[in-house]
Amino acid sequence: MLEKIQVNDVQDIVIRFSGDSGDGMQLSGTLFSNLSAILGNQISTFPDFPAEIRAPQGTLSGVSGFQMHIGTQVYNSGDKADVLVAMNPAALKVNANQLKTNSIILVDTDSFQKRDLEKALFKTEDPFLELGLTTQQIVAIPITTLTKDSLAAFELDMKSKIRCKNMFALGVVCWLFNRPIDIVNEMLSTKFSKKPVLADANLQVLANGYNYGHNTSLSVSSYRVDTLQMDKGYYMDVNGNSATAFGLIAAAEKANLQLFLGSYPITPATDILHELVKRKDLGVKVVQAEDEIAGICIAIGASFAGSLAVTSTSGPGLALKGEAIGLAVMAELPLVIVDVQRGGPSTGLPTKTEQTDLRQALYGRNGESPIVVIAGSSPTNCFDTAYWASKIALEHITPVILLTDSYIANGSSSWKIPNMEEYPSIKPNDISLYTGDEWTVAARNEDNYARYWAPAGTEGYTHRIGGLERDYFTGAISTDPDNHQKMVDTRQAKIDRIADFIPELEVLGDTDSKTLVVGWGGTYGHLREAVEEMSKGENKVALAHFNFISPLPRNTESVLRKYDKIIVAEQNNGQFAGYLSEKFNNLPMIKYNKVNGQPFVVSDLIDFFTQEIK
Amino acid sequence: MDTITNPIVHDTRSYKSDQYVRWCPGCGDHAVLTCLHKAMVILQIEPHNLAAISGIGCSSRLPYYMNTYGFHTIHGRGAAVATGVKVAKPELSVWLTTGDGDSLAIGGNHFIHTIRRNVDINILLLNNKIYGLTKGQYSPTSDRGFVSKSSPYGTVEDPFHPIELALGARGTFFARCIDIDLKNTTDAFVQAEQHKGTSVVEVLQNCVIFNDNIHKEIVDKAYRDDRTILLKQGEKMIFGANMDKGLVRDGFNLKVVTIGQDGYTIEDVLVHDATTQDNILHLKLGLMAPENGFPVAIGVIRNVEGLCYDQEVKKMIDDVQVKTKVRTLNDFLMSGEVWEVK
Repeated sequence: MLEKIQVNDVQDIVIRFSGDSGDGMQLSGTLFSNLSAILGNQISTFPDFPAEIRAPQGTLSGVSGFQMHIGTQVYNSGDKADVLVAMNPAALKVNANQLKTNSIILVDTDSFQKRDLEKALFKTEDPFLELGLTTQQIVAIPITTLTKDSLAAFELDMKSKIRCKNMFALGVVCWLFNRPIDIVNEMLSTKFSKKPVLADANLQVLANGYNYGHNTSLSVSSYRVDTLQMDKGYYMDVNGNSATAFGLIAAAEKANLQLFLGSYPITPATDILHELVKRKDLGVKVVQAEDEIAGICIAIGASFAGSLAVTSTSGPGLALKGEAIGLAVMAELPLVIVDVQRGGPSTGLPTKTEQTDLRQALYGRNGESPIVVIAGSSPTNCFDTAYWASKIALEHITPVILLTDSYIANGSSSWKIPNMEEYPSIKPNDISLYTGDEWTVAARNEDNYARYWAPAGTEGYTHRIGGLERDYFTGAISTDPDNHQKMVDTRQAKIDRIADFIPELEVLGDTDSKTLVVGWGGTYGHLREAVEEMSKGENKVALAHFNFISPLPRNTESVLRKYDKIIVAEQNNGQFAGYLSEKFNNLPMIKYNKVNGQPFVVSDLIDFFTQEIK
Repeated sequence: MDTITNPIVHDTRSYKSDQYVRWCPGCGDHAVLTCLHKAMVILQIEPHNLAAISGIGCSSRLPYYMNTYGFHTIHGRGAAVATGVKVAKPELSVWLTTGDGDSLAIGGNHFIHTIRRNVDINILLLNNKIYGLTKGQYSPTSDRGFVSKSSPYGTVEDPFHPIELALGARGTFFARCIDIDLKNTTDAFVQAEQHKGTSVVEVLQNCVIFNDNIHKEIVDKAYRDDRTILLKQGEKMIFGANMDKGLVRDGFNLKVVTIGQDGYTIEDVLVHDATTQDNILHLKLGLMAPENGFPVAIGVIRNVEGLCYDQEVKKMIDDVQVKTKVRTLNDFLMSGEVWEVK
């Protein structure tokens, strides 16, 4: 047995499992990240699926990856990898430019044969040299062979045996990081509880992978990742789409309403539909509609009948829903519209991430059509923002657009299961709050200008609403010019007023510095890490990250005016920067824009911010 | 109608709103509104348990004139909104008022999918073969060659027959009526409500301004008896001013015969059965037209049972809830893959 030649103590590390779609990389990755979370690390993960469902085996387009970032202060899924597990040459090639110079590359030599190299379009027989991977430490193990040998005594067909090879890789990685495998054993036993033979096979291969590292002469440098004591409580791994679904359920529970989703499948939002349709136990009603327009219109009907109504979509779907959102604005009905943003325009980059729907969310309708727009900033924050979106919709009787994006929707983190008693109450502005004489559809709450919601089926409150302008005082159809002006102003005032009911903007990082970085939504993790990193050096910056966009928090202008320089960083061509400029004159603003379908890179952010400060 | 035994609590005043009815004088929509009020009195549905939904068009103004929950939505989408209302609250009686443009053009997708799902709503399809509110363009039910503001040289496209769409979408209920025929129109509305599933009632409706007399060749009292046939469940399909004509089967087709001529007796005349699952004869009846030597079928053409979407959604939830211990989000989250930090 040889010792690992060098152990580096680090605060965080990035590991990437990569292979064919069928190689089980997502499972290995999830198990390792959950294991790390249990041991006291923060985790942030991001799956990287190919666009094709089942691309040809061993080809570049078929590579499926799972990246995780583990450590003590983890805000995003990480930039370049410290460790790459490459199950075939294609996986190596696709990830070659995502590796640190001294990283460890673990490969399965059984799948690095001549034919495998040709499939991945290598021209020579030395893929490492060909890719310029000369400084990395290569750990070459015949994983497939050793997996088969481990399972010689098992009554399984060869295909099933080979499928266990991801556990061998996981075993080696556990050894590399000094991770005990007994917790993984428990997880696997639970996962395969209905298939005990498979459970045993996976456990065997995992143990053999671990022991292989332990018993053979692997000589590589390794890492010891610091851990910290996390808050006491129960934790789970959650991605942004599931967290969004859970936040909606939590809000419906709090408001004591039926949750109702009308939706049409669209990448990358469909998992919200999948998550909610499973929750029959919690009484969630879901209609998979015939198209995007029907999805929202069905939700609007449910809102008219008294449900917490939601529709989920991505950018192209939001475009189709525009007219119906206008109806909800005009009829003043509570509605949550979730837009999981992806690369655009048109079909664009369906599986990649952008923040390019902001203007569409704010303005993409005919007429003066003010609406609430809020944005989720991390996988777990999607829970809170979905809850807030529902709370605002119900208490202010308005449609609310919740913007998330492909990165946080698919990325996951460990999440402390919340105590719902700590969440603010949700009291819908319905007829139960009305204290006046005879109720009409035109009656408004003086505090927030919201009309009183009277769900269809409630005795004594029959009324007519619609998309036509209505009289401010009676609610009857009206084409009176002065009345229209008054209603336009009222609808705007109702949205503006919500600023008094949402949290103020917080400033993070070095609040006394002269430069403020501004971001919104899913870029939080990268911006936060960049700002924290810079706070360790001379060039310090502050960070103001927005969840609430329309209306903006009350203190927005006073925060912005404190700084000599404002760098607005976003994954579009400056949509939020333009929005802020429209609201506040002469801000000393610099823009950092990336629209390449990929998350920000922390080192790029630090370079840019540093450059601007000097 | 014989089965209605509800005590009369509500008369038509219960169902009329205080809004001034703004349709043109002579418009067929007035008659439809009257029939709907009458049908409500027969059905005695509590006004607050009624939801009148509409899209856009002249016919879609109807919810404003009902003292119920009413929602005037956007062009073509009424069926989707009505679906949401009904699935969210199956105990409501949901009525969609729509037109040939609203439901067969811009809203065609929602029309067929609502019918396919068999959501238990009633669709009143007011067919005047014209766009009225936009002042006179041809519609998806206008005949080929029809001259209108948007087809000054006549159209070069064939129309939809609503029953073909409805039955093609596996419709369980289809009735047809004439706006000014108050008795039979009211009856069709009542039967539509009593049917569980999507009920489509095509109303041959006259637009007095832009397409006056479009149905005259069928509905004019001078020849209505000879050019229409009122179908009644379980009764012989006979018609004519003297009730001496009947429908018989002729090989693969239907044929109009005169009873007592060419050897045909009343025994040869087919008995109407709206309840047979096979829809082929229903479609044949629905497509009968004077230009082919047939009367236009009026009344309930098809009325079969089927599983209703709104009830099935509810049932699925009820079934799961009986078996599970999960009552709250927290129950559910804690039942998954969780770990404890102590």
